[in-house]
Amino acid sequence: MSLDSQINALRTDFSAAIAAANDEAALDTIRVSALGKKGRVSALLASLGSMAPEERKSAGPAINGLKAEIAGLVEARSTALKSAALDARLKAETVDITLPLQPAPTTTGRIHPISQTIDEITAIFSDMGFSIAEGPDIETDYLNFTALNFSEGHPAREMHDTFFMKLGPDGIKKVLRTHTSPVQMRVMQKTNEKPAASYLTPAMDPPIRVVMPGRTYRNDSDQTHTPMFHQVEGLVIDQSSHIGQLRWVLEEFLKAYFEIPNVTLRFRPSFFPFTEPSMEVDVQCDRSGSEIKIGEGSDWLEILGCGMVHPNVIANAGLDPDVYQGFAWGMGIDRIAMLKYGMPDLRAFFDADQRWLDHYGFRPFDLPTLFGGLSS
Amino acid sequence: MSKLPSEFYGNIAHTHKAIDDARGFADVFVELIKISRALPPMIGGKPDFRQGAKHMKFTLDWLKEHLDTDASPAEIGDTLTLIGLELEGMEDQGKALSSFVTAHVVSAEQHPNADKLRVCKVDAGTGELIDVVCGAPNARTGLKTVFAAPGTYIPGKDMTIGKGNIRGQVSNGMLCSNAELELSKDHDGIIELPEDAPIGLPYSKFAGIDGVVFDISITPNRGDATGVYGIARDLAAYGLGTLKSTDMSPVPSKGKSPIAPLPQQFGADEPKTIRRFGGRYIKGVKNGPSPAWLQQRLRAVGLRPINAIVDITNWVSLGWGRPLHAYDADKIVGQPVLRNARNESLDALDNKIYTLDETMTVVADESGPLCLGGIMGGIRSSTTDETVNVFMECASWDPDLIARTGRKTGIVSDARYRLERHVDPALTDPGLELATRLVLELCGGEAIEPVISGDDVYANTVIEFPLSEVRRLTGLDVEPMIVTAILTKLGFEFAPKGDVFSVKVPSWRPDVMLKADLVEEVMRMIGVDNIPVEPLARLSHVAPRMLTTIQNRRRIARRALASRGLDEAVTWSFISHDEATRFGGGQEELQLANAIAADMTDTRPSLLPGLLAAARRNANRGAHDLGLFEVGQVFLSATPEGQHTYATGIRTGTAGITGAGRHWSGKAEKVGVFDAKADLAATLDALGVDIDKVHILAEPAPWSHPGRGGRIALGPKVTLGWFGELHPAWAAELDLTGPVAAFEIDLDALPEPRKKATKTKPALALSSLMPLSRDFAFVVDSAVSATVILRAARGADKALIKDVIIFDVFEGSHVGEGKKSVAIEVTIQPNDRTLTDEEIDAISASVVAAVTKSSGGVLRT
Repeated sequence: MSLDSQINALRTDFSAAIAAANDEAALDTIRVSALGKKGRVSALLASLGSMAPEERKSAGPAINGLKAEIAGLVEARSTALKSAALDARLKAETVDITLPLQPAPTTTGRIHPISQTIDEITAIFSDMGFSIAEGPDIETDYLNFTALNFSEGHPAREMHDTFFMKLGPDGIKKVLRTHTSPVQMRVMQKTNEKPAASYLTPAMDPPIRVVMPGRTYRNDSDQTHTPMFHQVEGLVIDQSSHIGQLRWVLEEFLKAYFEIPNVTLRFRPSFFPFTEPSMEVDVQCDRSGSEIKIGEGSDWLEILGCGMVHPNVIANAGLDPDVYQGFAWGMGIDRIAMLKYGMPDLRAFFDADQRWLDHYGFRPFDLPTLFGGLSS
Repeated sequence: MSKLPSEFYGNIAHTHKAIDDARGFADVFVELIKISRALPPMIGGKPDFRQGAKHMKFTLDWLKEHLDTDASPAEIGDTLTLIGLELEGMEDQGKALSSFVTAHVVSAEQHPNADKLRVCKVDAGTGELIDVVCGAPNARTGLKTVFAAPGTYIPGKDMTIGKGNIRGQVSNGMLCSNAELELSKDHDGIIELPEDAPIGLPYSKFAGIDGVVFDISITPNRGDATGVYGIARDLAAYGLGTLKSTDMSPVPSKGKSPIAPLPQQFGADEPKTIRRFGGRYIKGVKNGPSPAWLQQRLRAVGLRPINAIVDITNWVSLGWGRPLHAYDADKIVGQPVLRNARNESLDALDNKIYTLDETMTVVADESGPLCLGGIMGGIRSSTTDETVNVFMECASWDPDLIARTGRKTGIVSDARYRLERHVDPALTDPGLELATRLVLELCGGEAIEPVISGDDVYANTVIEFPLSEVRRLTGLDVEPMIVTAILTKLGFEFAPKGDVFSVKVPSWRPDVMLKADLVEEVMRMIGVDNIPVEPLARLSHVAPRMLTTIQNRRRIARRALASRGLDEAVTWSFISHDEATRFGGGQEELQLANAIAADMTDTRPSLLPGLLAAARRNANRGAHDLGLFEVGQVFLSATPEGQHTYATGIRTGTAGITGAGRHWSGKAEKVGVFDAKADLAATLDALGVDIDKVHILAEPAPWSHPGRGGRIALGPKVTLGWFGELHPAWAAELDLTGPVAAFEIDLDALPEPRKKATKTKPALALSSLMPLSRDFAFVVDSAVSATVILRAARGADKALIKDVIIFDVFEGSHVGEGKKSVAIEVTIQPNDRTLTDEEIDAISASVVAAVTKSSGGVLRT
């Protein structure tokens, strides 16, 4: 067989084989059988040595050309095979990206409206320079009543409205606090004792500016009362604060809380044992529609109670009521939450109905701030 | 029943002072639910007396009897609110009742198809007879009554009457009771008019109910405003007219009283409710219905006329705030006395029998109690139309003891309402004269000399009042002349001493004791709205930190848990005793002495019972896959330090972090211990606690599945929380089906962040060398916990081992019975130079040595 025919035969055989190689391994086998040490092209190349110089002059380039040609084909086929393998893998890994997501990673839980409202109140009063004070739910009869100017024989101490605790080993008469007002006394009273627990606010020296949110209890349950509810109380004690400033604080708070530019309040003289003078405050509202609109209309809605801290209360805290004075106010957190967000019914607050929580609750990152807005 | 004298002491209208007094600030809260009326009454609920509690009704005419004024009803209404006598309602009764007409029942026959109904032919002056079916027992032929034509709104029923057919009989309208007209609570039958009443006249016109009725609420300190006279005094002080005086001068007596002054028979240690008792025998009266104008006046404010004597006592009670009681003198046996009850009972005017104890003062004769003093009279000695001789009582009582007796007996009467709020002691004797005068005017008879025992108590308060006090407390500058004018009109007397006034408080205002009380009097007459608004200056220009650590922790815990898909719940602070005990509480000091319901008796030792109950309720509504949490108080003792804030959460059904229910990627798995652990760990992480640095101990909480729960601790003493699957037996007893994963975190147990000198963080050293990893597998006893292996491996070379994770755990016969294989990957971070093979082998060897030593296992080969 002539050298040319040999070269052509090898070219034909290997071209076909390379084209037919389905993976890198097969291709490599072909490469070795052609170009390896014992490969057929290598063998042909080795035969150059036994050729006559004249013959070698023409055969050399031909055989080397074949070697280069086959190497090129192997390289090209290898690249093609790699690309096809990647394509196949990518195809195998492809999913229908229109399939719905798993619910959990996108569905967050909800913050209860009471917590959200407390955070809103906190944001507003923090900006006015108030800090947050707290006391226990199980409160002494003394701080809940006596210190707040309910006299010893006062009917409230025996009344059905108060939840009394059974006597414990310390023999101290205790109640479930009927209001957040005992925290006032905890904050004001002159004492050098460290608070018994870390959540208890240490006693402060005037000037005092605190707000006191928390759970409160009354032995009362009907269409408009639940035995547990929430109040927030505010207290300012210094040597000059008066009702004119109380009006300002309440107006500013209500504007900020309801996120309205103006609010008209009506102050009515009233009575609370722990303030004197005492007032109840109505806010202007419109009740003509299906929802109450605060800050417009011609109707009034009771919203909070307030007054100058009673001289007896200041004295009970160990301060001189002729030197120190100040004001306090209180309101129902549940109530102002209902007014702002339109929950129709109080009992549902404490039922933990998932549907209610999902509807009236707030997203975890709806963080009430003044710079970002209280509500979205 | 309709003829029973349920007079004065017996008019059920108001409630007790105690409720009003205990009102906190936020009780305005009550008002709220004008928004919502749809709330069902709750278990163990009791009637709300507050509605009727502090209210006082009077007509414009009645007010004008005490106040000379041209002010319009609207002006009066607004002023009442501004001066602290809050207007709750103002109604033109004539308008409301103008559609009701007087009518004659021409015939009333038994309904053929209903025993209790009658078919009436009614003449309402329209010229034709109207068919009306009526169920009232007193609907009878010949009766004059009140008729509402179809289309009339019936206020007492909150409905509009239409044409109808009642059991086969046509009915074109309605015959009405006082309750249906909202004139009283009298449901006993349709209104009975005198036989000579005209027909077809608007009933408001006939009854003279054409005036404006004011309905105001009275704060508990204002006993003086429980009479129209006191209200008029306030309005006059405001400048809305002139107060008219009443003739209370002594009425001449004839003869000696057959009843001696009532002896007050009390031991030294006994509670004595009576102070001064005035009584007067009035001989030969002619009792019977009172004049129409008086009846109308009482009806207009919701009282039922009884007879002239009783109506007079009500008139004085409401008009001057001075309760009275009238006895039929002929029914008193022997000499009456004042003493405490001796386990006796009283047939009271509200037709109930009350058992009285030795703390309650009664007026008693030889046959026993006649009247529960200051609260309610008895039937035995009540006046009737036939009464000829009257013994009229006007007495003053200890307000606190009246309140106590009122509460004990539960009797709610007009007399108690006033007497427990304090009635002017200066009115005891004049009140008796006034009553006598009115009886003589309306019923005739002869007044015998008054008989009086005991002494009144006067506060006689004098306050040193610097005028600057008004400015100090309110910020309002008021002219001294205005201050004195206001206080004078309110009855205060002055002795000026420079800038300080000596102010004598009138007998009807015992609530005024201090300078601040006087400031309030001035303020309410000037109007709070006239006080200039003044900004409250900040104490510092940039606010310091406002929240404490625990307050921040609560906020963070809430948001962290919500971001993991759990909804925040707020559940009751009290639970049943059984549940409290089950969860480690139930101690005596944590029990309520007066629980409102059987399932709300104990303050909660854990938030889990409330959340599990919520899960049960939600499951009953079909929501079985649920994530809930609460951040709230638990009560470990009744001391302040025993009250901790917990963050507690549950997941039920398939409500894992990857979502609940069915999904194309595969069915969601049931929640388990690792869901709870993950929630707990994520929350601790959000709170700044590194979960890798706490102890995770296989010491499950009592509520937990014993093999699927653990405790998280910081050192031997501090427990941060628990996690686990709810014990199947507990779940069954709590009526929960399906798995529940739960965790509890004690937010108060978290360490306080250390106070550092600076906020600077430690320097960060970053290696430029590649980390490398080595895998090991150990065969250990099944009981060996993962923590043991992880800690040992980490501790093998603290300088170079950066991380250890477990990537495989399995048990099977080929690793041996009671054994398991645990595979770990150890990440080694070279610090300053590449490690040699020998060094890496040495680290590997120390890992193997440490793990095999601490776990008792062997390296798997």
